[in-house]
Amino acid sequence: MAVLNEEQTMLRDAAKSWVQEKSPVTAFRKMRDSGVELGYDANAWNEMAEMGWAGVIIPEEYGGSDFGYLSMGLILEETGRTLTASPLLASGLAAASALVLGGSDAQKSEWLPKIAGGEVVGALAIDEGAHHAPEKVALKAEKSGSGYKLSGSKSFVLEGMAAGLLIVSARTSGKPGDTDGITLFLVAGDAKGVSRKRLHLADSRGAANITFDGVEVGEDAVLGEVDKGYALLEKTLDRARAGLCAEMLGSAVQAFEVTLDYLKVRVQFGQVIGSFQALQHRAAKMFTDLELARSAVEAALQAIDADTPDVPELVSLAKAKMGDVFHLVSNEMVQMHGGIGMTDAHDAGFYMKRARAAEAAFGNQAYHRDRYARIQGY
Amino acid sequence: MADFGGSDLDAFRTEARDWIEANFPKSLKGKGSMMMREERSEPTPDMDAWRKAMGEKGWGVPTWPAQYGGGGLTPAHGRIIQQELGRVGAYNPIGGMGVMMFGPTLLEYGTEAQKQQHIPPIVKGELQWCQGFSEPGAGSDLASLQTRAEDKGDHYLVNGQKVWTSGAQWAQWCFCLVRTDTTKKHEGISFVLFPMDTPGVEVRPIPLIAGNSPFCETFLTDVRVEKDQVVGPVNGGWTVAKRLLQHERSGLSGAGGGGGFGGRSLVKLAKDYVGTDEGGRLSDTDLRTRVIMNEIDGRAFQLTAMRAMAESKSNSGPSAATSIMKNAGTRWMQDRAELTIELMGHQGLGWEGDDFSAEELGAVRSWLGGKATTIYGGSQEVQNNIISKRILGLPDPK
Repeated sequence: MAVLNEEQTMLRDAAKSWVQEKSPVTAFRKMRDSGVELGYDANAWNEMAEMGWAGVIIPEEYGGSDFGYLSMGLILEETGRTLTASPLLASGLAAASALVLGGSDAQKSEWLPKIAGGEVVGALAIDEGAHHAPEKVALKAEKSGSGYKLSGSKSFVLEGMAAGLLIVSARTSGKPGDTDGITLFLVAGDAKGVSRKRLHLADSRGAANITFDGVEVGEDAVLGEVDKGYALLEKTLDRARAGLCAEMLGSAVQAFEVTLDYLKVRVQFGQVIGSFQALQHRAAKMFTDLELARSAVEAALQAIDADTPDVPELVSLAKAKMGDVFHLVSNEMVQMHGGIGMTDAHDAGFYMKRARAAEAAFGNQAYHRDRYARIQGY
Repeated sequence: MADFGGSDLDAFRTEARDWIEANFPKSLKGKGSMMMREERSEPTPDMDAWRKAMGEKGWGVPTWPAQYGGGGLTPAHGRIIQQELGRVGAYNPIGGMGVMMFGPTLLEYGTEAQKQQHIPPIVKGELQWCQGFSEPGAGSDLASLQTRAEDKGDHYLVNGQKVWTSGAQWAQWCFCLVRTDTTKKHEGISFVLFPMDTPGVEVRPIPLIAGNSPFCETFLTDVRVEKDQVVGPVNGGWTVAKRLLQHERSGLSGAGGGGGFGGRSLVKLAKDYVGTDEGGRLSDTDLRTRVIMNEIDGRAFQLTAMRAMAESKSNSGPSAATSIMKNAGTRWMQDRAELTIELMGHQGLGWEGDDFSAEELGAVRSWLGGKATTIYGGSQEVQNNIISKRILGLPDPK
């Protein structure tokens, strides 16, 4: 565990106790069973926002606390433990990062206080296919009067159903696959021509496909520079990826601890199954992998806070490692629980479904292994 | 093996081809995989007719003895029937636990009266059987089962709870392990049969992580079991059960199976979802390597299945090698399922809705459902213990 300062320790402890009291896995199960359109519990989200969590990376002048990414990671790790579904990652971290990094004073003043207060949910509308590929942007933004007209569609937008603000990557020149010619736009969720369709995914979180049918925006909707949006997008995505890693770390640690507890109580062949060396060694391997993953995740968050140049490689390191470890731990959770782990009544399936969705989001392990190698020049 | 000349087999091939041509309803062509689905739907008149024809002919179980309605044929003849069915897109409508597990076991251990009573309805596909083995406290350690059968003179009275009784909601009969002696572990178990509509049998389906499932919990309260429905000696059921589990494991290894997401190969799926470069290689090189590894594992597994079959031609039944097949086969299938949802990306995470193809939704459910294969029928860990102890001769810790 990273060395925490006093405010970080307080934040983590507050998150831990809130999650245990207000958002255990049973709350996630209840949300799943209710089939709620948003994919999260709005009351719980309000409580999270009231505690200031949506503003942790937002500067104080825009209504946040500016505690930084490691602090945000501590909260996400705790909410990840119980699979709490909320827009904290999509809005308070990803969308907020895009605005903090690339927004004009006017844009920041308009949106950041609302995001920090939880009144508006922001979301990244980036990918257009089933695989993460931020440069493959076909959605077109054409000059129209004094502004732009957006036409195209985005897929698998996390919290897309709830989003009141969409940060949309659009093509202003070039062709899909070019990193030049991408521009980011701020689009209000209720803008004319925006339509969304809820996706029912295995992990039961809120996701949507969103269509932009000639959506008119002003020039002031451009986030950052025209045609030069890719660098800003990558910086934003690296923050989203690091935050997601923190959430995955919490989920994986919890999945491991629940499994470890089970190894200590389940009796077969007249002894607790945890006394079998074959299972002990697998548990020890998971523990080892989790410690390695924690180091990578915390290093990525700290690098973002310190704004060092190695952020991209540390983020890809973290996402690749964390994805592999969560994959392993979630599979072992089911296998080591045996038959009971296969039942819907047990939580193991939730962790496995969350793992695969989190692995795929913002680039899976293969994507980040490749990116890591490219950054290193091989 | 008995020596059948090539001409005998050639003549049989013609006979099989003609018979299938005359009896297989064309409307069912290619519907075989549908029949394997876990969801049950009402059979159509054509399906009924085909099941009846194959049942009367005994070709659903070609190598079973003719005196109980089986085909009475050699394995070589059986393979010809299989090939000829496949040639015209036909399927074998006679299946289920009765065929795969219970029937072969009863043929070996049952009394003449038991075989006369139970084998013909299995051959004809008229009755479904379910397996009452596992209990909440007896999974991998199956022999610790607690369901009690009390001797009441002319019958037994059975009380207890079974779990993972797959297909119990559709089955008419159950083969079940019960405790007839509480003072011993393995030597206190008996193998009994009873109809599922016996008073005191209550079945509840268990929703699984993949959604609805054929698995159930079955509660037994004062269930009457007739004394002539004990297979093998009283307190000798563990031997019968072990034999049945060998049949189950050889069936579960998926030997030679292509694994059911609409029949497209992993390579074809990967090309479609991920794309290729100018040289025809998968553009995701990391995924490409892992697809190759899985393809190689699959080929090696199939070659092993063929080798095991060739080597066991002179043996009468499945050998200890079946435990290797289960772990190798299930690991390959699980890896394949993981790769399938990965290469589909977010499309491979759909739960329901028209944004996903049937193939995509099927891949997700198969991925989740397939996780059970390393747990049931002797978990992966139990299989490894069997390999370590029985085959490698490694000692227990002391």
